[in-house]
Formats: sequence, structure tokens, C-alpha cells
Amino acid sequence: MKIGYYPGCSLHATAREFEQSFRAIAGPLGIELAELDDWSCCGATSAHATNHLLAVSLAARNLALAEAEGHSALVAPCAACYSRLATARHEIGGDAALAKRVREILGRPFENAVKVQSIAEVLRDAAKTIAERTTRPLKGLKVACYYGCLLVRPPAVTGFDDAEAPSSMEDVVRAVGGEPVEWRMKLDCCGGGFSLSRTVSVLRLGRAIVDDARDAGARVIAVACPMCHSNLDFRQKAMARSPGAEELPILFITQVVGLGLGLDPAGLGLNRHFVDTAPVMRRIAPSATAAAPATETG
Amino acid sequence: MARIGVFVCHCGENIARTVDTARVAAAMRDLPGVVYAADYNYMCSSPGQAMIRQVIAEQGLSGVVVAACSPHMHEKTFRGAAAGGGINPFLCEMANIREQCSWIHQDREQATGKAIDITRMIVEKVKRNAPLSTIRIPVVRRALVIGGGIAGIQAALDIADGGREVVLVEKDPSIGGRMSQLSETFPTLDCSQCILTPRMVEVSQHPRIRLYAYSEVESVEGCIGDFKVKIRRKARAIDESRCNGCGACQEACPNKRIASEFNQGLGKRAAIYVPFPQAVPNLPVIDREKCSYFRGKARGSKKDLCGKCVAVCGPQAIRFDQEDSFVTENVGAIVVATGYRLYDIGKEQDDKRLKGYGEYGYGTIPDVIDGLQFERLASASGPTSGAIRRPSDGKEPKTVVFLQCIGSRDPAKGIEYCSKICCMYVAKHAMLYRHKVHDGQAVVFYMDIRAGGKGYDEFVRRAIEEDGARYVRGRVSRMYRDGEIIKVLGYDTLNGSPVTIDADLVVLATAMRPQPGIEGLAQKLSVSYDKHGFINEAHPKLRPVETNTAGVYVAGACQAPRDIPDSVAMASAAAAKVLGLLSNEELEREPTIAVVNADLCAGCFHCERVCGYGAISHREIRDRSGSLIKVVAEVNPGVCWGCGTCQAACPSKSIELAGFTDDQIYAAINAFADL
Amino acid sequence: MSSHHPGNRHTLAAEVREATGLNAAGCYQCGKCSAGCPMAGEMSLKPHDLMRLTQNDERDRLFGDESIWLCLTCETCTARCPNECDSARIIDALRELALRHDPERAPRKIRAFHQAFLDQIRSHGRVFELGLILQYKMTGGPLFQDALAAPGMLARGKLALSPRRIKGIKEIRRIFEACEPRPGEET
Repeated sequence: MKIGYYPGCSLHATAREFEQSFRAIAGPLGIELAELDDWSCCGATSAHATNHLLAVSLAARNLALAEAEGHSALVAPCAACYSRLATARHEIGGDAALAKRVREILGRPFENAVKVQSIAEVLRDAAKTIAERTTRPLKGLKVACYYGCLLVRPPAVTGFDDAEAPSSMEDVVRAVGGEPVEWRMKLDCCGGGFSLSRTVSVLRLGRAIVDDARDAGARVIAVACPMCHSNLDFRQKAMARSPGAEELPILFITQVVGLGLGLDPAGLGLNRHFVDTAPVMRRIAPSATAAAPATETG
Repeated sequence: MARIGVFVCHCGENIARTVDTARVAAAMRDLPGVVYAADYNYMCSSPGQAMIRQVIAEQGLSGVVVAACSPHMHEKTFRGAAAGGGINPFLCEMANIREQCSWIHQDREQATGKAIDITRMIVEKVKRNAPLSTIRIPVVRRALVIGGGIAGIQAALDIADGGREVVLVEKDPSIGGRMSQLSETFPTLDCSQCILTPRMVEVSQHPRIRLYAYSEVESVEGCIGDFKVKIRRKARAIDESRCNGCGACQEACPNKRIASEFNQGLGKRAAIYVPFPQAVPNLPVIDREKCSYFRGKARGSKKDLCGKCVAVCGPQAIRFDQEDSFVTENVGAIVVATGYRLYDIGKEQDDKRLKGYGEYGYGTIPDVIDGLQFERLASASGPTSGAIRRPSDGKEPKTVVFLQCIGSRDPAKGIEYCSKICCMYVAKHAMLYRHKVHDGQAVVFYMDIRAGGKGYDEFVRRAIEEDGARYVRGRVSRMYRDGEIIKVLGYDTLNGSPVTIDADLVVLATAMRPQPGIEGLAQKLSVSYDKHGFINEAHPKLRPVETNTAGVYVAGACQAPRDIPDSVAMASAAAAKVLGLLSNEELEREPTIAVVNADLCAGCFHCERVCGYGAISHREIRDRSGSLIKVVAEVNPGVCWGCGTCQAACPSKSIELAGFTDDQIYAAINAFADL
Repeated sequence: MSSHHPGNRHTLAAEVREATGLNAAGCYQCGKCSAGCPMAGEMSLKPHDLMRLTQNDERDRLFGDESIWLCLTCETCTARCPNECDSARIIDALRELALRHDPERAPRKIRAFHQAFLDQIRSHGRVFELGLILQYKMTGGPLFQDALAAPGMLARGKLALSPRRIKGIKEIRRIFEACEPRPGEET
């Protein structure tokens, strides 16, 4: 199955391991990722918070690129990019005047025909294949699936899973033999784009999430968004922690799948995290190759 | 030879200010066939009507046109005057030069010209009017009440006490409805069953009430005054003539783990059961899906089928082989009183338009219950004998949180209306809780308090001021289980701060909805309903207990959310309408209904397809030897509303409205077009 | 979107309606949004307050308060609002209107971040994170925060040292120009 692929800015930089692991599992799952040629930034928070038309137009450019390349569907692993692209598609689809304006601004043919999918949706739809190709079932690994805010909200835009009790990520974790835990904060915002401009909020929100996952018995938190990952991984050390509480490794859902498929942890980028992922490796397969910490930037 | 009299009304200033009524009358005098035309101040007044009678006699009029207000206002008045003057009332018509002329125009010249046109059109029509007689249809002087809750019970008793026979059909094994499940009623805190059961007994003993419990309406045919209703009597597997209601079968049944419907899932019952001790009729019923005997039989087993109830039944009343039976009742009027059920917050909804409350757990948290479940806890005959206990562990809750407006006033979930009763019963629940758990704390999250009835506001104030209920104005964003308690995250908008409560028990005031299957029943009765399933009343202000289907009335919560006193009042009102209808041996109907010319009718039945009231039936025309010549359409004079759609649809012009024939209509149009 | 009696077109609610198609009057102040808002504890004006001030045309209080800038657009309020008010979208519109009518009162750090982010897109077509961080810090962001993290980021290959510009950069700049609010214009 061939699908248009929109990495978004973070996947080529601070969330490199997200792309790395996604590409690594795509092959075994029979997914051919066709990265959009010359894609541009979706606009993220800064565009939609300051200029709605700009936000829709920047996102729409990429939808138009996907259309031009003949794709019927486009996957955007970053939950924020997914939200911006899917929202643009939804708004343009529902407002003829906006659609006309955007077409004028883009100066490109644009039918708004490309379906936008999140990584959770794509993997959930491939759950059967994942289960079939699982060679290293993650038995005994308790995973807290963290959706964050934008993957399943607002329901009118996303639509592929329940906005209050989603299960797509849990389905994926189960497919690789892992044990998803029931926990409360799976939809609570991590602080998103405030990582730099209001870090104290991110630390407060992130702490509640990590604590709840830990209280629910999770040994790892699975995420599907680079901002969530950064806020929970990069900033976990700075979060206030109760004495004796362990750090929780934060894995991208694609990395969880990759481990289940038996792929090499280094190839999944598990050596690029700030919170050491070795405990996860030890838990799933004592003989699995421990990820050597990276020393190069490659 | 036409001899038409035209009377042009001033209606005080209403018409005369804009239309030159004298000129209109003068213009009419010039028309061929008009022998008299005059204008007058108030035609509807006594002297005005007297003038009509007098001129008819003096001038030997063959038709009358009154150019005045809308026929809705005074057609009856003027037809009465015409009849008093000695001509058939249907030879009198009105030309509307008020609502359709003087009230909507300002230019006097143009308005007068238009008034002349309108009146001339009606004159031409009236020249072709034929005398018509009121239609009389015989009335079967019995009534059917569908639904045995408090509204149905009240309607049945009122009609029966009024001297007419009533057939009461109830789908559950016992009558009593939701009121039999309540603990106490607001605002008096009367024990609900104590005030209800005497009525239930009265129904069962009333000589003029025939009660079919555990039965449903299968089909309805006919029209006002003459409905034929087929009723399905569902098989209880009990011989009613033998059962003495001893209850030994319930005790003997090996399967007592079935969630009790009467206790809203909080208690258990057996596979053979009487829903509650005061049930009317006091007969058990076997739940065939859970009964071991029936399940065994369904699997094909022939041996070792359970028969423990049979073994203990003294009168030998168990009848496993009993099947549904049918009975047809002939009635003249029907009252729909099927009541309500509560909205469910679960993920799966029976109506695609509705959503559940994922933010409150989709109904998976055991200690989050709804209002009817709380009633069962509080009720002395309930699963906990009236003690307030958590369903999860049976402990007494010390903090109970009540949430108002769950589903109601929530377009995002699919229900935009207010359910009217919740503010009152939540206050009641808070009070009952305090009366039973003296050191318990009730917290109520609300948006508004709707307590408009007699003594209602005082009742809510009592809950707050005397029984210590803490009312917080704001809604709850989310709740989840946290160990033993339920964390409730709400907001106090009056002092602007978030409110988090650790609740032992949460009670949701969920929306009132009509019963499932109401759409099917409504279609059988040809009554309309809204998008939520509530039965539509004929007019929201002035005809609240009638439907648009003649002879079918409505009472209680099946029409809209309402409380017990309003349901009872509505039921008595419907009964009054029914008694009024049944006080006649015959019904009069306007003759301006469709009539089929059988000679022209080709039997294509386009008319039947377009008729919105089911008024067309098939009539066979046979020759003397009995061979079929053709099948033609026939109009049921009791059902036809005279809408005229059939007349428009008929390709052979063989069906027309009496009083609105094509001839008459075209004459009016041509008069306007000066053809 | 149009109503039978549109009333005064220059109220804040009318401007919001013009920009978004949403009717702020739909908010009946139930507070469910604020009860579930992750930033409510830090906002002096919480989501339902923002809706109320919009209804009452109190733009001065709205634009002078940093609360609208603290919204994370997590969409929790929008997902839960019983009357489907879409408060998240309205708050976005309030931010845009604030920048149009009263830009100086928006909090400096947040404004600097958004500007730096958009400048990156305008220059390269994609966000070059190192450049973003540098520009942000130079235009109002905290100078020394995260300074010690840079080596860790670099070592893990998470920071590109130089930007790459997309081929279609002219398209991007055209989009930016086309979307710039002209004085007095309503979107």
C-alpha cells in the first residue's frame, strides 16, 4: 500500500527517531511511504493562533502537493501537523467561500480530495499485519498509550476513534503483544507548543501525566506526537518527582511496533532519547541487543 | 339562473381604511348574476347577520358572498346566517379582502382594485356551488388507551367513570409505569406507590375497563368513531384463569440472577417473575430468553428440561406451550399514553443522532447511576430496602454528587430540549439522601433551576436551606474512578473557581425520551411525531391533547417531558375530549371532502399513493352475475381531510373535492384573468 | 451564518462571527470548558470568561489580559461543549483580532515565539529549529533556558546545524503576502 507521507519539521530534527522508526517498520508492514516532494511547514500553532487564513493556506499547500502526486491519502505522523492538515481539509470542505479564497492564494489546482490520516489510524488499520509479523512479542511490557489532545479531537475533524475513550493505540500495542494499561490522563494536554515560551506550564502538565502513567503500572509511555515526546522525554528530568519514582521511558508508537517486529533498537532511534530506553529493552527480551548510546549525529 | 348577493364588510377601519368598500359593492352590482350588493360596517354582528337572512328571503338569493375577513374567522357564522335565511349553508362563501388585501397593502387605489378582483372570483365560484349536506358517521362508543402508566390509568378511569367502556393496553407485565418505580414524589414527598396502587386496583376492578397487560397494539384500521385495533396478547406462559398469584414459582426458579428491569438493573429477579409485589395484574410471566426450559428447548434438548416452577404450582397454571394470541377491539377513540424512558450515557445509542458521555465513563463506572436507579435505592421495596448504598461495594456513600442536564440541553449529544422534571427530582433526591444519611453531603451541579409549579420553588429552597444540599452552578467536565471514589471535575461559575469532588456515588439526571418503538406505534396510528419521537399535538397552544389524526388523543410524557400532575391533568383532558366524542351516536363532518366519480375512475390509485391520511380504499364494481368489472377508488368520509392532493394527482379528473371542484376553481381563476 | 437581525456589525461578537461563522451567544456559561481546561489554573480569564467577555463586547479587558495567549488549543473545551460553541476556534479568532487591534498588549515572549516561528517558515519553508531558538531568544525569549540541553540534542542527532530551504520558497512567500491582513480588512 502506497501512501503520501508528510513528515513535518520536527521529524527531520528533534523527533528524528519518529521518522526513523516509521520508515523502519513501513517495509515489513507493506507500506510504501512516498514523502511529498518539497513539502512545507504546516504552520503549527503559530499560524493558527495568529492568522487563520495563513494557517489554512500553508496546510492546504501540502494537501495540494499530495493531490498533484496522485495520492488518495496522506499520513502525517506528527499529531499537530495531522491536526492542521485535517482541519484545513475539514474547513475547506465545509466553506465554499474559504475554498475559493484558498485556491486563489495557492495558485495551484486543488480539489481537496486527499484524506488525511494520523499514525494511530494507519497503524490501527494495519493491526492484523502487525500481529502477523510480530516476532518479538512484548509480553509483560505495560504500556500507557498517550494520545495527547490533537489525535482524536475535535471529533468532527478526526473521526477515526472515540474522543473520550480512544482505543486505536491500545489495539496497536496489543497487536505486538504488549499490555496497555488503563489510565486517566491519556487525553490530557502535555503543554504542546509552550515548551519554549512557557516551560513551567509544560513541566506541571507533564508531571501529572507521567505520574499517572506510573501509578497505573506502566513501564513506558507510548506517544504519537513529537511535541508530546519532547515535553515528556526531554523535559522529564526537570519535572518535580516524588522520591523513589522511576523515570519512565517515552517511546514513539512506531518504535513500540518496531520492537515487536524484531527490528534492531538502534535502527529505531532508541539511542536518541533523553530518558534512557534500556529498561524497556531489558523488560521485553533480556537477550535483546541493548541500544548503544549514539555518539554521532548521523 | 344565478341570483348572488354580495355583502362587503368594512370591519370597522380594518378593511375600510384601505379598501373603498362602497366601490367594491358597486362593482359587484355590475356583474351578471349578482342581484344585490351592499357594504356594511360589521357583517359578523347580529344586525349584519340579520341583513343576510333578510336579503336572502327578499331577493330569493341562490348564493351569498361575504367579502370580509378570513374564512377561519367567520365562515361558520355566515353559513349559519345563510342557513337561517333558508338556503343551504354551502352556498355561502367568503372573499378574504382583509388578511389577503387590506391588511397587507397601503395604496388605496390598488387595494380596492384587488378587493374587487378577489370578490369577483368568489362570485364566479359561488355561481357553481352545489348544496352539500353534513356527513354523518356512526360512532362506536368505546375507547382504547395505549399505555398503563399514570396518564393511561387516569384517562382510562375518567372515561370509564364517564360511562364508556375502555380497553387499556400495556406492554409490560404490570401497569403502573415509571411512577410505580419511584420512591417518593415531589413536592409533597408522598410515597409514590401508596398513591398509585389504589388507582391500579381501581383499574383492575372497574366494570367498564378491560385490561390487556403484557400486550401490544399490532395494527390499527379505520377512522374516528370506528377504529379496529388488533392487539397482540404476548404469552406469559401462565393460564390466567388458574393462577392465584401465590408467587411460589418465583421462589422455586433456579435462575434468580437476572438483572431486574423494575429495579433498573440494581437488583435481581428470577426467570419466572412478578415485576413487583403490587403488580396489576398479579400474574407472573416467564422470560423465555433466560428460562432454562425455553433455552433448552431452543437448543433442541428433549430431556431434562427444567420444570421446577411447574412442580410447585398448586393450581397447575404454568403453560409452557402458550403462544401469543390476538384479539381485535372496535373503538371510537384512542388515547396514546405510552410515557417515557431515560436517556442512556453509553457509547452505543439506539438513535444514530445521539451520543453518549465518554467524559463520564460511558456508563462503565458502577457507582455512576441515573435518577430512576437512585429511586430504586431510596425505595423501601427496592434492592436495598430503601438504604442508599453504592452498587459496587454496598457501602453507604457519604458524599453524593448529583449532575443536572445530562443529555438535556446538550445539542452536542443530540438533545436540545429541557426535560423539565430533573431540577425537581434532584432536589428531592438530595433531600431523601439527607433524610436517610444524616451525615451525608449532597452536591448538585446545575446550570439553572427550573421549578415553576405550585410549591416547587419552595421545595428546592428547602433542599438547600434545610437539608444542606450544596448547589454549585457549573457543569462537570469529566469524572473518573480513582481507587474507591469517583473524581468529579466541575466548575463554580458563580465564584469563578474549579471544584473537584471526591464522590462516593454520582447520580446523573438524564434526559426524558419517549419509549423505544414509539415511531412504529405512531405509524400504525397515522399520527406524526418529531425528530425525538415525541408525539405531535395538533396545536401547541390551543389543542394540546389532540393529534392531527381525528379520534387519536395524546396524554403524558409521550408528547413531551412533564411531571405527574401535568400528566394527570392532560390525561383527564384527553378523557374529556374522548367523552365528548363518544357522547354522540353519530359524528358530523364537513362535506368538503373528496368524492370519486366511479364512472370515470380507471383504478390507477395515484390518489391512494399521494393521500397522507390513508383515506382511499378499493371498491370492486361487479355486474349482476358477480363478475368483476373494475376496481375503483373510494373515499372514507371519516378519514378524508379534504386536502385536495388526490384531485391534483388524478390523471382522469375523476376525484374532486365537493365544494372545490375543478369547475369552480377554474371559474374563479378565469374571472381574475378576465377570460 | 447570517441571521435575520444581525444588529451592530462592529461588536466583538460580530467580528468573531464574521471571521469564524460561530455565534458566541450560544454560550450559556455552564463552565464545562473551564472545568476541563488544562491551563485554567494559570488563566485569570478562563475559557467561559473569554466567551462572556466576547458576548459583552469587553475587548479592552480581553486584549489587555494574557489569558487568550495561554490557550493551548488542546480542543478539550470544543470537544465537550454542550452547545457546540467551538470555544477553541473563537479563542484563536480573539488572538488574531488582538494582534490586529491591539498588538502591543500581547505578552512579549509568546509574541516573539510566534513571530520567530513564522519567520522561519517565511525564510526556509520549514522550521529550522536552531534558527527558531536563536531568533526567539534574541527577540524576547529567555536567554539561558535550555542552553545546557544543546549539546545533548546535538549528540543525539536532533539538531540540524544549518537550514535547508525548499524549492518552492517563492510560493510560501506569496502565501504570506496574500494572507497579510490589510488595514481595516476583515478576513
